[in-house]
Amino acid sequence: MSLLRTENVIMQFGGVVAVNDLNIDIKKGELAALIGPNGAGKTTAFNVITGVYAPTSGKVLFTPTDNAGIATEIDITGKKPDKITGMGVARTFQNIRLFKELSVIENVLVATHLNANYSFLSAILRTPKAQKGERQAKAECEFLLERLGLIDLQNEKASSLPYGQQRHLEIARALATKPNLLLLDEPAAGMNPQETDELTDLIFKLKTDFDLTIFMIEHHMDLVMEISDHIYVLDFGCTIAKGTPEAVQNDPKVIEAYLGVDADVEN
Amino acid sequence: MKETQNNIGAYLKLHWKTAVFLVVLLVGIGLADNFVDSYVRRLLNLCAIYVIVSLAMNLVNGFTGQFSLGQAGFMAIGAYTVAVFTVPIESRAAIFYLEPMAPFLANIQLPFIVALILGGLASVVAAFFIGSPCLRLRGDYLAIATLGFSEIIRIVFTNTQSITNGALGIKSIPTISSLWWTYGTALLIIIATVLLINSTYGRAFKSIREDEIAAEAMGVGLFKTKMTSFLIGAFFTGVGGGLFAALLGTVDPKQFYFTLTYNFLLIIVLGGMGSISGTIIASFVVTLGQEALRFLDEPMAFGLDLPIFRPGLRMVVFSFLLMVIVLFYRKGLMGTNELTWDFMALKYQSIKKKLGGKKTSNEGGGN
Repeated sequence: MSLLRTENVIMQFGGVVAVNDLNIDIKKGELAALIGPNGAGKTTAFNVITGVYAPTSGKVLFTPTDNAGIATEIDITGKKPDKITGMGVARTFQNIRLFKELSVIENVLVATHLNANYSFLSAILRTPKAQKGERQAKAECEFLLERLGLIDLQNEKASSLPYGQQRHLEIARALATKPNLLLLDEPAAGMNPQETDELTDLIFKLKTDFDLTIFMIEHHMDLVMEISDHIYVLDFGCTIAKGTPEAVQNDPKVIEAYLGVDADVEN
Repeated sequence: MKETQNNIGAYLKLHWKTAVFLVVLLVGIGLADNFVDSYVRRLLNLCAIYVIVSLAMNLVNGFTGQFSLGQAGFMAIGAYTVAVFTVPIESRAAIFYLEPMAPFLANIQLPFIVALILGGLASVVAAFFIGSPCLRLRGDYLAIATLGFSEIIRIVFTNTQSITNGALGIKSIPTISSLWWTYGTALLIIIATVLLINSTYGRAFKSIREDEIAAEAMGVGLFKTKMTSFLIGAFFTGVGGGLFAALLGTVDPKQFYFTLTYNFLLIIVLGGMGSISGTIIASFVVTLGQEALRFLDEPMAFGLDLPIFRPGLRMVVFSFLLMVIVLFYRKGLMGTNELTWDFMALKYQSIKKKLGGKKTSNEGGGN
């Protein structure tokens, strides 16, 4: 069953076609990757899916499962980002966007706001319902921080964390929205090979433990080829290849996009 | 029963310093209320009103990061609501002598507290209409729109002769002279703001200030959250305006020039955008400072008749102060910190270290 589909999505900025006729189909429980050279339109594709941009044309369809276990496909094209997040699509950012002046735990707690079921008046009056909600949210966030190895740093300012841990915090924050689909925008950017390995393990574990479907943009080919079930390759906004890691690796178009025209140089 | 007693006991044990401070504060207000002369009393009242309005402004500007400059307008709405509804009916004919009061209002007189809350609510309604279009935009449009709004309100009030008595203003509003009204309200509003800021709503406000795109991606509805903050701020400001009217006993449109807003802006920048205790401290500093520097507005008295001492020089001092802060001390007095016991203990220790380099002691933060 597909969880996220896009139908002929085109995103145009003036004369620039950043994403041209994007058709993706991500099945529930799979780990898909979006790769491509710089400026290929990968982040734009993410921004269209998460509602930052409304596409020039085309449709984005998401299939959340409700509490009763019934899955219905919803058209989320051009909906507000917070509504889309509320349906179960969470994301991280390529250029880390933490709430810098807030503490680590506050960063994660912000993401539980959409599940808060009490009004600001009961928050001021600290009604039992609000207190219970606050306690629950705190417990959830501590659990997530524990999971991502940040629990000892929970009272530090987010901006004071080292780079790698900031990336982890972004993932913790995204998980706190209780997503079905997690979009990771270059989670391993700027990491050394060892850190990348650790991250690979972590992503894999989180995927099973939280029952996630993951769609990620990544440049580290080792990571991508190792863990993805399905890869989409973009170049100048167009999808030039899709399929399993093996199929994509051997596709002449992909080799051309990455290495240039005379593509004898594989290996 | 016993359990609740235990709970209260545990709570007191944890917060005894705060409890002692509150008791001292209340006793202090009580004493001041009985023993100070009317000049000091009026000043202290004004301080409390400035605390209320600045805090409301900081909620929107400092915590939510929305640059709003409509304080004077919201205050005017609150002040006029209190004025119109509390002026004794028998003196209305004498006040509205150019044009009688509109019949639908002429015979309504409400108790002060009801009028005060009504003033807050009237501000909320106005804030809703101004916020609906402006809070959807990003950037500084809100500042321009709210600034314009506060001028429009003033001009509207100047021209609605039968309701606000136009440029003549409304006199003989029953005054409050007790400190309890202003300080009681200020305390309630401070407590409410602290509780709000430390709840999930407060965190949502701060997340918008930090990064709108990330906040939205984490499921914080930008418009709804900004609107919540803006409306709460407007309510507090309206209440502050109502108290202002009742303190002075008279309102007229000239009191609510947009320059009034800059007083509050000065306070929150001085105290720290995003600090409640900083705002409170700065409110007292600025309000009392404006009074203490009054001699600058008068011609120099010692023989030399220096032409630089003239009305308005006071404000030059404050403008200069604001420039110095913005240039060298951008985060204000407190930054986004709060003056908690732990914070004071920490500061006490660091100052002690700097001064003597002696052994650090454990008794810091006692007062």
